[in-house]
Amino acid sequence: MQTQSRRSFLKASALSGGGFMLGISFLSSFKPLGKPLEATQITNLPLDFNEINGFVKITADNIIKIMSPNPEGGQGVKTSMPMIVAEELDVDFSKIIIEQADLDTKHFTRQFIGGSQAIHQGWQSLRTAGATARQMLREAAAKTWNVPVEEISTELGVLYHKNSGKSAKYGDMATAAAQIPVPKDVKLKNVKDFKIIGKSKRNVDLEKIVTGKPLFGIDTRKEGMLIAMIVHPPAMGLKFKAIQNDAAIKKMKGIKDVFHIKIFNDGYERTFFDTNQFNEVVAIVGNSTWEVMQAKKALKIDWQEAEAYAENRNMMGRKTVLNIPAGLENSADHATKFAERMAQGGTVRRKDGDIETAFKNATKVIERTYNVPFLAHNCMEPMNFFAHVTDEKAELSGPLQKPEFTEQALSARLGMPLEKIDIKMTRLGGGFGRRSYAHWLIEAALVSQKVKAPVKLIYTREDDMTAGIYRPSYSAKYRAALDVNNNLIGFHVKVGGMPQSPLAANRFPAGAIDNYLAEDFMIDTNITVGSYRAPHSNFMAAAEQSFLDEIAEAVGKDPITFRLDLLKRAKENPVGKNNDYEPERFAKVLELVKEKSNWESIKTSKKLGFSAYFCHDSYAAHILDLEMKEGSPIINKVWCAIDCGIVVNPTAAKNMAEGGIVDALGAAMYGKMSFTKGVPDVNNFHNYRMIRHNEAPKQIEIHFVENTIDPTGMGEPAYPPVYAALANALYKATGKRLYNQPFGESL
Amino acid sequence: MAKYSLKINGKTQQIDVDPSTPILWVLRDHLNLPGTKFGCGMAMCGACTVHLDGNAVRSCSLPVSAVGKSSITTIEGLSAKADHPVQKAWLEHDVAQCGYCQSGQIMSASALLKSNPNPTDEEIDAYMSGNICRCGTYLRIKEAIKTAAKK
Repeated sequence: MQTQSRRSFLKASALSGGGFMLGISFLSSFKPLGKPLEATQITNLPLDFNEINGFVKITADNIIKIMSPNPEGGQGVKTSMPMIVAEELDVDFSKIIIEQADLDTKHFTRQFIGGSQAIHQGWQSLRTAGATARQMLREAAAKTWNVPVEEISTELGVLYHKNSGKSAKYGDMATAAAQIPVPKDVKLKNVKDFKIIGKSKRNVDLEKIVTGKPLFGIDTRKEGMLIAMIVHPPAMGLKFKAIQNDAAIKKMKGIKDVFHIKIFNDGYERTFFDTNQFNEVVAIVGNSTWEVMQAKKALKIDWQEAEAYAENRNMMGRKTVLNIPAGLENSADHATKFAERMAQGGTVRRKDGDIETAFKNATKVIERTYNVPFLAHNCMEPMNFFAHVTDEKAELSGPLQKPEFTEQALSARLGMPLEKIDIKMTRLGGGFGRRSYAHWLIEAALVSQKVKAPVKLIYTREDDMTAGIYRPSYSAKYRAALDVNNNLIGFHVKVGGMPQSPLAANRFPAGAIDNYLAEDFMIDTNITVGSYRAPHSNFMAAAEQSFLDEIAEAVGKDPITFRLDLLKRAKENPVGKNNDYEPERFAKVLELVKEKSNWESIKTSKKLGFSAYFCHDSYAAHILDLEMKEGSPIINKVWCAIDCGIVVNPTAAKNMAEGGIVDALGAAMYGKMSFTKGVPDVNNFHNYRMIRHNEAPKQIEIHFVENTIDPTGMGEPAYPPVYAALANALYKATGKRLYNQPFGESL
Repeated sequence: MAKYSLKINGKTQQIDVDPSTPILWVLRDHLNLPGTKFGCGMAMCGACTVHLDGNAVRSCSLPVSAVGKSSITTIEGLSAKADHPVQKAWLEHDVAQCGYCQSGQIMSASALLKSNPNPTDEEIDAYMSGNICRCGTYLRIKEAIKTAAKK
């Protein structure tokens, strides 16, 4: 997404009971520096405030509160973002209060989860906000004590004037600080002086989690609240026709109503996140979940085949038309379509040198095709939302990733202005991209409006898994041209997606090979897709890193050395100008994981797979050690090296990387959504296999490259390289290269 | 509908529900104990794990009519102040990511340690494999169980 430049950044205001509040805008004019950080002098802060998206409050009785604006879904931002503010503010992190902010488009921006960007984008502004508040407190103390501000020091929330022996808590100076003009210049700490950043802080919600407190949307309970569920068509390509037995259903115990709802109006121009598989569903409303579940089983609905249609889309200002074909699709036909389309030309996205001549002159050509199915997100907390819609206002509460966008869609659907809609964000029981498409929020609101009561809408696991919006299905063909001396002289990737292309044409190994061609294509489908933990990258990394492993073997090189040689070329004499990675940083993670795993001394005795990838502004490399037991891999250990710049909260960053590794191993081995005549072949955890305790690696070691570069993405980058590390290790253990996921089906 | 008297977290509670109602929904909808989570509704994910007379059971597949005089413990009743050794170990190892499955994981882990105070890695794997963690915190869970076992 385009980073917008915002002129507004900080605003201070007095609190009514004494004390002050400093508003922050994360999407300020500060771009992440992307280079080693000195003790930065930020000058000329633009002060024409109009939006904030986080704030620090210090009351006169010394309560320090940091509002965390972004939704929390396990990525740890509710802990790490306030840590950054607290660092520069110079307070005791264990004593501050952290709260989840509501959706507030008047005051906040960028209140969403996506693209591993929260810390990357928020870094400079969060630091500056903390430093500015501290500076204002110092100035207030200097004024009160009538001493030069330079002589005021701080430590853990206390202001000191050493010469006079005076001291005051932040709260004592907070009311006076509200009168200080927001300083134009503020000095940030030197990285080496950090006391909070880089030191592990426990997840701030953990005590509530381990005691079962109602943190999640599905835990919502309100006076007079009814329970709602939906029934959607049983197959992709079907749509609603009629309810057969509504009179009988309404007579069932505890059932209030059953009716049909239409989520988006015809002709509505959908934005990026307004995807839904089924625009018309049947809602059942009753007193309790179990009663509604029984009615759901008894409900009989006539469905009919949907016609092909064109959906008008406004993708962040880019107007497109999405063609949705009719028909009941089969996964077997998808494979045929991919093969047919692969045989035709693609859209050229990048071309370096003379690829045709390179392949013509090659003494050896390696060609391999990789395929992956659709994947379901399977968040552990099924989709749900609370809604209470009246003629006057709409109150909503629940887990979602893009509240600002969903609020706009709801406003359009209800014909209700944004200011009458209130969305509270609960902790997400997993997101992984699925909760970016919050059609269930609109469903909940429409149900509440119809029954004129507060309603909690819950999806069953089956509803959740079969309601569409999957990681797309992809296919890629890689070709490598080798000359007589085994030099890689040509590299060709052609990749297609259903219905989105995953290609990032300027990524490695672009820039390292003289003759390079990247092209792509798309295939229409009526199966909906969406974000999914690095959706495109996880496939591209799997295919490309498996292919490079095979080339390294063909040319007789160590797989790490082979890649390091390519990166050396990209650094010293890059091909093309738009290579989107830094070869030197990339090489470092390869070298680090090689060193930490003791690669050279174990590579012949163990079955190891290597893989590395760059995405979401961070670099990751893995070495995976496995052995086969009764036809299944036992993963002994995974070593992982990451360069995500400064690591704000090591325990959380390691947790994300460990989780990404486990998650990817599960998806690579078992993940698959397939369809027969439009009907999903799987619908719950008895037939959609998830990785479990006994299949997780026995050991995972995470190493971060130590540097002082501004932090970059951490939620996604450790995930994509896992697939190929596994495939390459499986090859070592079984002698068989795997080209189709899930790998478990080919072992 | 039928009336039941259930022993939950040391208290006897009266409820009037259909006999087929799973304990999960009795807890969540009728008794305001939402710590026990709904994940799959078919005993495949473990998010709804509670103790029935000290044994781990999946409450989504346990009808209220089958409980009888057995006593039920939920995550809310595991300890008074988050001080059960398993909860303390979870805090020490900073186990959770999204946290949704963790009450089920903790209920399974605490039942495991009650029956097997010093489990091997393989025993932990075997016992805990009914509990899915979508965020992939399995290694931390295992470490936390080993820490709790020492206490």
